[in-house]
Amino acid sequence: MTVSDPRHAQYADPADSAGAAALERTWRDPPGIVGWFSAINHKTISKRFMVTTMVFFLLGGVLALLIRLQLAQPNADIIGPDMYNQVFTMHGSTMMFLFAVPVMQAVATYLVPLMIGARSLAFPRLNAYAYWIFTMGGIMLYAAFLLNAGPDAGWFAYVPLSGPQYSPGKRVDFWAQMITFTELSGLMEAIVLITTILKLRAPGMSLNRMPLYVWAMLVTSFMVLFAMPAVMLASTALITDRLVGTHFYNPAEGGDALLWQHLFWFFGHPEVYLIFIPPLGFISAIVATFARRPVVGYPAMILALVTTAFLAFGLWVHHMFATNLPELGKTFFTAASLVIAVPSAVQIFCWIATLGSGRINFKTPLLFVLAFFFILVMGGLTGLMLASVSLDTQLHDSFFVVAHLHYVLLGGAVFPLFGAFYYWFPKFTGRLLDERLGRWNFWLFFIGFNVAFFPMHVLGLWGMPRRVYTYPAEMGWGDLNLVASLGAATIAVSVLLFLFNVARTLRHGAMAGPDPWGAGTLEWSVASPPPAGNFEVIPVVHGRYPLWQPQAEPTHVTGMSNEWREVLVTTVADAEPDHRMWLPMPSIWPFLSALATTVLFVGSIFTPWAIVWGSVPVGIAATWWFWPKRSVVQERVRTEVPP
Amino acid sequence: MTDPASNMQDALRAAGAQAAHIGDLWNGTLALCTFVFVAIVVATIVAVWCAPRADAATRPDTSSLSGPEHRIWRRIGWATAAAIAGLLVLLAGDVFTSRALARLPLRDAVDIELVGHQWWWEARYRDADVSREFTTANELTIPVGRPVIVTLRASDVIHSLWVPSLSGKKDLIPGRTATLRLRADRAGTYRGQCAEFCGLEHALMALLVHAVPPADFEAWAANQRQPAREPVDAAARRGREVFLATSCTMCHTITGTTAQARLGPDLTHLASRQTIAAGMFPNNRGHLAGWIGDPQALKPGVNMPANTLPPDDLQALLAYLETLR
Repeated sequence: MTVSDPRHAQYADPADSAGAAALERTWRDPPGIVGWFSAINHKTISKRFMVTTMVFFLLGGVLALLIRLQLAQPNADIIGPDMYNQVFTMHGSTMMFLFAVPVMQAVATYLVPLMIGARSLAFPRLNAYAYWIFTMGGIMLYAAFLLNAGPDAGWFAYVPLSGPQYSPGKRVDFWAQMITFTELSGLMEAIVLITTILKLRAPGMSLNRMPLYVWAMLVTSFMVLFAMPAVMLASTALITDRLVGTHFYNPAEGGDALLWQHLFWFFGHPEVYLIFIPPLGFISAIVATFARRPVVGYPAMILALVTTAFLAFGLWVHHMFATNLPELGKTFFTAASLVIAVPSAVQIFCWIATLGSGRINFKTPLLFVLAFFFILVMGGLTGLMLASVSLDTQLHDSFFVVAHLHYVLLGGAVFPLFGAFYYWFPKFTGRLLDERLGRWNFWLFFIGFNVAFFPMHVLGLWGMPRRVYTYPAEMGWGDLNLVASLGAATIAVSVLLFLFNVARTLRHGAMAGPDPWGAGTLEWSVASPPPAGNFEVIPVVHGRYPLWQPQAEPTHVTGMSNEWREVLVTTVADAEPDHRMWLPMPSIWPFLSALATTVLFVGSIFTPWAIVWGSVPVGIAATWWFWPKRSVVQERVRTEVPP
Repeated sequence: MTDPASNMQDALRAAGAQAAHIGDLWNGTLALCTFVFVAIVVATIVAVWCAPRADAATRPDTSSLSGPEHRIWRRIGWATAAAIAGLLVLLAGDVFTSRALARLPLRDAVDIELVGHQWWWEARYRDADVSREFTTANELTIPVGRPVIVTLRASDVIHSLWVPSLSGKKDLIPGRTATLRLRADRAGTYRGQCAEFCGLEHALMALLVHAVPPADFEAWAANQRQPAREPVDAAARRGREVFLATSCTMCHTITGTTAQARLGPDLTHLASRQTIAAGMFPNNRGHLAGWIGDPQALKPGVNMPANTLPPDDLQALLAYLETLR
């Protein structure tokens, strides 16, 4: 099955040290400032992407602390209503659009090529462009916030409150345009990941040998393709309502206020699963490694992921149970919301079975994953409560929902994400995070989390609505709110501890070596951190856990170029070698194109004409980006091999 | 008030038929979900506890890759079947509760139209005989034991009516009409609050519902149908002149006078209400004076402007407003 062709004697044997050096030269990013902006290596971009999303996580966390400070006591006047509404809007928007979804894509752009035995992502320049677009969108939003033009209509921006009449000024426009930035970036990352997963897998890695994490990212990326256009459409219609007087959402002119909610939640509910499914992949990877055995029920796990992805698009109305939609129709969405618990339950049972039938190596990554079985399960069960139309009419838009969504999103995503950081940090940096600090980090986070969010269930049942900047003392909500605020402070301490652990490890951490955990998937077969070209030789895969299963012939692909960014393209289902492809070289044009696109997007907040004049620099930058290099084309022609 | 404030707004202390049905469903759901939660947490702890320990060098057990694990699969199958059974119970509970909620008897219902404004509630008690209709604001009075049909509209943005002790919530959406049907079964005052984020002062948009015996309700309604009382003493008469001569009349109605504007709450029977500013302050002279003088300081962003009246005029106006029982 290998591509081994004696006619390619001009290529050095890739396994020798000269070959490795050539490979490193070929795939590394150029030096210098211009080189820094021209970088397209997937690991470089991914590291920047992860750091950027973590910065937004910290900013969102600071905003959360401000919220908890304001709510810690009744009738508090620490930040007034205007600032509070900006802060909670920024907190939600940051966590959802600038952290939770993109961080999953950021991690995937590092891991996926390494897990499937590829030297790069497909479309590395597009990947760089997507990163820059994301970053500039986030910077724009925070610049607006610092200039007191932060959005204040909630992360969900319901019309008509977010419309031109009730939100004059530019605040909501910055929010809507941030959506354009981040969703554009998310869609491009989805395309990059789908193509990489389907076409760049190492020979032999048929779909039924693909690591569960890669499956999770494939499913997530397809969901992105269907979910994100809905919110881009919705936010674009909002911008045109606000900017040029269209009336999509204006009931007085034949528009409909509920149209926004349908479009937003048609995206918004799947979005929860965009955040939740990649961590399911983290968990499968971590559970297998630390239970010293393959995950029970590989096909069941994949079917569960795919089922979840389909069902996720059939639940959106359960965010709208308090509206006057027909009652019988709502019951359909109750049923769908209950059904989606089944695939999640199957996965949970499979993991428990894996842990129970394995031998446990009890390390920090596993600890974070075990929190999932407590926190996410509780969040899932309160989700079943919210799925009931009648119960939801009491619980909806109360603090019960605040508790629920944090149990789901932190338990389902952030805890596994921290587990993933502890697990793959040695791969990213070559050093192991400190275990003792890791345990402190975990327990403070776990306890702080439950202290912060469990009381909110009770507050909701006691009648406390969401998104209130204050409450009267007579309501009796003060004590539990104070407890919640203390829990939030504990989480903050825990996150600081994590940052300290990272900073200390980067200098003094124990060297990890290629495979500190004794894991079974391909990313652990290369050095930590991996060389620029990932694999000195492209492996040939014979099983689901290549490092755990006996080696078989052939072991690797020979005859790939070390001098050019050559990748092996394989078939979709069986990963049989199909052809070679040269990926593009580093270029500053993705960055400049992102800059030009930013000018267009930000300009169009102020005048529709920006779309006209702003497209000129975008066109120029994109043209330069795609302009072929004569020397590359000539070399490509020269080395062409007839089939 | 019969209950302390913290009991007035509590989904777990049902004082009405609808809230009681939902309360029953809550109790059943909570029991089932607690059982499942404990079962899964215990299963996880037992699995991890009982499994032997290993380290990174332990040879992985890959035997499952060569053959299926029937024993494990049977257990997972049973667990999944149990999960599906539990979900069916939840679905049945929801369907039956929805049915019970829909079957609230509606004979002899009180008919109220509630309009949400940023950030107050306008309530119109409707009647087949239009002359018997009247309007009030921010406080509803309803008869115990009689159903109430609340027709919900919004004048500006989306609001949501939530009086947890009596019923689940329902949104007030511009361009749409919704209804909420409820019945109070226990006399008392229940507090509700806007549950859908509606802008700057969303937090301060409360509503009181007074559930009173039917005879008291009829007496209250009969009083509300009357135009405002003629002021008897000189101060109150002067206060009415102040009211009618200043910008008050641009927004407020006092039936029986020339003030007929509808932008703000109807003040015809202001003094019969317990609170002002959508449940924010007790309705007494001091708070009323503060509110009229500078509402922006108390509730920033509210639509009412500051009114700088000479002290004499203000006192007269307050005297007049206090007569509007």
